[in-house]
Amino acid sequence: MTEPLIFEHSRPGRRAVAQAPLGEAGISVPDRFRRRNTPHLPEVTELQALRHYTRLSQLNYSIDTHFYPLGSCTMKYNPRACNTLAMLPEFLARHPLAPVSHGQGFLECLFELQEILKAVTGLHEVTLAPMAGAQGEFAGVAMIRAYHDARGDTERDEILVPDAAHGTNPATATMCGCKAVEIPTLSNGDVDFDALQSALGPKTAGIMLTNPSTLGVFERRILEISKSVHEAGGLLYYDGANLNAILGKARPGDMGFDCIHLNLHKTFSTPHGGGGPGCGAVGVNERLSPFIPTPLVERGENGFQWITADHRPQSIGRLSAFMGNAGVLLRAYVYARMLGREGMPRVAEFATLNANYLARRLSDAGFTLAFPERRASHEFIVTLKSEAREMGVTAMDFAKALLDRGFHAPTTYFPLLVPECLLIEPTETESKEALDGFVDAMVDIRNSAMHDAAAVKAAPVTTPVRRLDEVRAARKLDVRWQAGNE
Amino acid sequence: MPFNPHTNEEIRDMLAIIGADDIEQLFDEIPPELRINALSSIPPMVSEMEVTRIMHERAKRDGLTLNFIGAGAYEHHIPAAVWQITTRGEYYSAYTPYQAEASQGTLQLIYEYQTMMCELTGMDVSNASLYDGASAVAEAALMAVRANRKSKSGRLLIAGTLNPRYRQVVANITQGQGLKIEELPCCTELGNIIPESLKRYEGQDIAGLIIPQPNFFGVIEEVDALTDWAHANNALAIAVVNPVALALLEAPGNWGARGADIVCGDGQPLGVPLSAGGPYFGFLTCRQDFVRQMPGRLVGRTVDLEGKPGFTLTLQAREQHIRRSRATSNICTNQGLLVTAATIHMSMLGAEGLRRVALSSCERTRQLVDALTEIDAIETVFSGPNFHEAVLRLDRPVAPVLEALAHRGIFGGYDLYGSYPELGHALLVCATETKTESDIQTCATAFRAVMADARVA
Repeated sequence: MTEPLIFEHSRPGRRAVAQAPLGEAGISVPDRFRRRNTPHLPEVTELQALRHYTRLSQLNYSIDTHFYPLGSCTMKYNPRACNTLAMLPEFLARHPLAPVSHGQGFLECLFELQEILKAVTGLHEVTLAPMAGAQGEFAGVAMIRAYHDARGDTERDEILVPDAAHGTNPATATMCGCKAVEIPTLSNGDVDFDALQSALGPKTAGIMLTNPSTLGVFERRILEISKSVHEAGGLLYYDGANLNAILGKARPGDMGFDCIHLNLHKTFSTPHGGGGPGCGAVGVNERLSPFIPTPLVERGENGFQWITADHRPQSIGRLSAFMGNAGVLLRAYVYARMLGREGMPRVAEFATLNANYLARRLSDAGFTLAFPERRASHEFIVTLKSEAREMGVTAMDFAKALLDRGFHAPTTYFPLLVPECLLIEPTETESKEALDGFVDAMVDIRNSAMHDAAAVKAAPVTTPVRRLDEVRAARKLDVRWQAGNE
Repeated sequence: MPFNPHTNEEIRDMLAIIGADDIEQLFDEIPPELRINALSSIPPMVSEMEVTRIMHERAKRDGLTLNFIGAGAYEHHIPAAVWQITTRGEYYSAYTPYQAEASQGTLQLIYEYQTMMCELTGMDVSNASLYDGASAVAEAALMAVRANRKSKSGRLLIAGTLNPRYRQVVANITQGQGLKIEELPCCTELGNIIPESLKRYEGQDIAGLIIPQPNFFGVIEEVDALTDWAHANNALAIAVVNPVALALLEAPGNWGARGADIVCGDGQPLGVPLSAGGPYFGFLTCRQDFVRQMPGRLVGRTVDLEGKPGFTLTLQAREQHIRRSRATSNICTNQGLLVTAATIHMSMLGAEGLRRVALSSCERTRQLVDALTEIDAIETVFSGPNFHEAVLRLDRPVAPVLEALAHRGIFGGYDLYGSYPELGHALLVCATETKTESDIQTCATAFRAVMADARVA
């Protein structure tokens, strides 16, 4: 099951009907600026394009078609109402530089979303502007640097990052001109507090923490950690990747974090879209408020209005041309209203119930949990080290074999410190029977591997393509089609 | 409701298997002093029907207004099919294509997108997108400093005619890594950068020169001379372009003798609605030899174990999830869904359709400028050739005029005073192919009425 490239459907002179009419008169662009060659874009009919991209879509696994327990990504149901209401014609047609007098409805949604996010994080102020989690992280570390600089404390350029952290954390530290200092993790999944304390010092700018961590457990000594970091003169940054686990149950602000980003595309159910757009809304306490990236929305005497860097001279400034991913924010707002104050804690409750149930069922079925003595948060890790040793099948083989059984694979080989790991996040929107089906599939794969490991290692066989030659992809780089290179 | 399917009986069964008395017990590792029990300041839940009513009411309050603002976001017709396909669940609700075998749709689409962007910009390689145009320029600046091995200064020249918001973002994002960005002044007569004005930088260590085309004023820059200057001075030429304009204007790959080195910009004009400023997407293309310095995702074509062609993410060793603190950028996701829309949009328009959009937008802007400059109090500012935007000067402050126009149902343009006070009472206007001659007349009539009103002076 493959589909030719759109360029292979192309025939010279073929046209779609939706094209704009030709301008009547000549234009004033002098010849020397004019394009000499015609770009090779497809020449297809509307039906051909529609059929091609519909067929391509059918080659994807997605939440709407499959259970998608991709750990750390919170692949929950994206309610369709959120999309429909964010795409009302008035919202789509709104120019970002249109006067606020003609955008009060839009701004009211943003303002209320800021207020809702303040309440769930326990922080003083929220901006919705950062366009993805990684940009929220950038904002956080840039604010921490700006805070120290403003105090004349210019030697602090070390950001502590647990070894289990997302790669974006150390990469962000570098982008902000800081050095990432890795902190080890104990065998029980908690950060090594002693190692953390000895890493703290006059060079410490701050720490980036995810809580619950990427190991799927709550950082139990978080209050001691925040006390120590603050005493050393550093600040705490909360990576909101796993906020789904504690929504309405505990707040990063209460844990001592100075700033936080939230992934609205995770916790607030905006679509992942095949890899974006995301939204990394950022919350700060009073200490970091002067440095918050702009713009934000405030309620003034004459209605809702923008707060820009003009009003916040110490702000780290804007990180996008306009107001971040506005359409994503409207989707998150609709979702937040449908959850309401009653629904938010239920997100954490059922995400946690599903994760602990699935963890226990897999454990009872003979799989090894990475942290069996710990309570799972909204996700947990299975290590397939013994399966790899005894049967020669790896986490990657299990992942591919799951695809053949109608499941998207969990996250594999992350966090890096657990060997042969699957990071499994079922989310609150999956039913018990979906989870039971997943357990059955895992058991079935292991049974197959016991009799015929080669069959499991050959998976997937039902997908549009089989395992791909990634070495060749990198060595014989083919990243664009060219006429005649078939 | 959090859209959870659990019946009471299932909850009981699941807790029994876990060995917990109730759901609360599952949170027993959180220190009790951190637990909260209510979110009283959050509004109570509403039904889908109620939130639908709220959103419709707010949308209606904002209304639909005849718009002549461009300034970095452009209103173009989008074929109905584009977003109907884009919002199919298989695109909308999938994630980054880590499991290639289960993501061939998204991966092939990105490969097609990369091809189209290479074709439009005249470059060898395109990444899978960045957040928006402004952050794409920032990433291009960082990339140029990494890629230009002849330069040690971390110093870049940026045209003062580049969108001022882009310049702010470049400064904000590159500051931490110590880049030094210097602005080139704009010629107040022509409205672009005079290549001779670069003379004073000759012989200095410059990593890159950032060249917009068209520039923020809609004026066309002398891109050949600027590109050649960059190369003669061991600097990389970084083009910031409107992709629709490239249907008409020379591709950056053909600028000057050797062509630009890195091309970036905002993809919004390719099938993405204005939607209050986002989500849009940034694009970035470059010459083959810089591919390993590129930020962001990249899709490659390869074969599976049966020799069948297929697609996968490639050169991931550049990226944060592998390289961590030594990655080319901290970027993780791209703007996948917007790329989906843009790819379908470009397929439906083709080169000819894009050319028609570009031509008729130029034509409409020319008509708008002609109609408005018939008014005594309005004149054009720059004599350089322009694309689909133009700068006009009024005989009075722009802000009250725009406000009065808005009351008459027209967004009359973007006030340049905040960013370019030296231009006086300057206004940036834009008319795309979506505006009819009658829209332009309506706009001119409203300007005439507002300018005649003594209260707006």
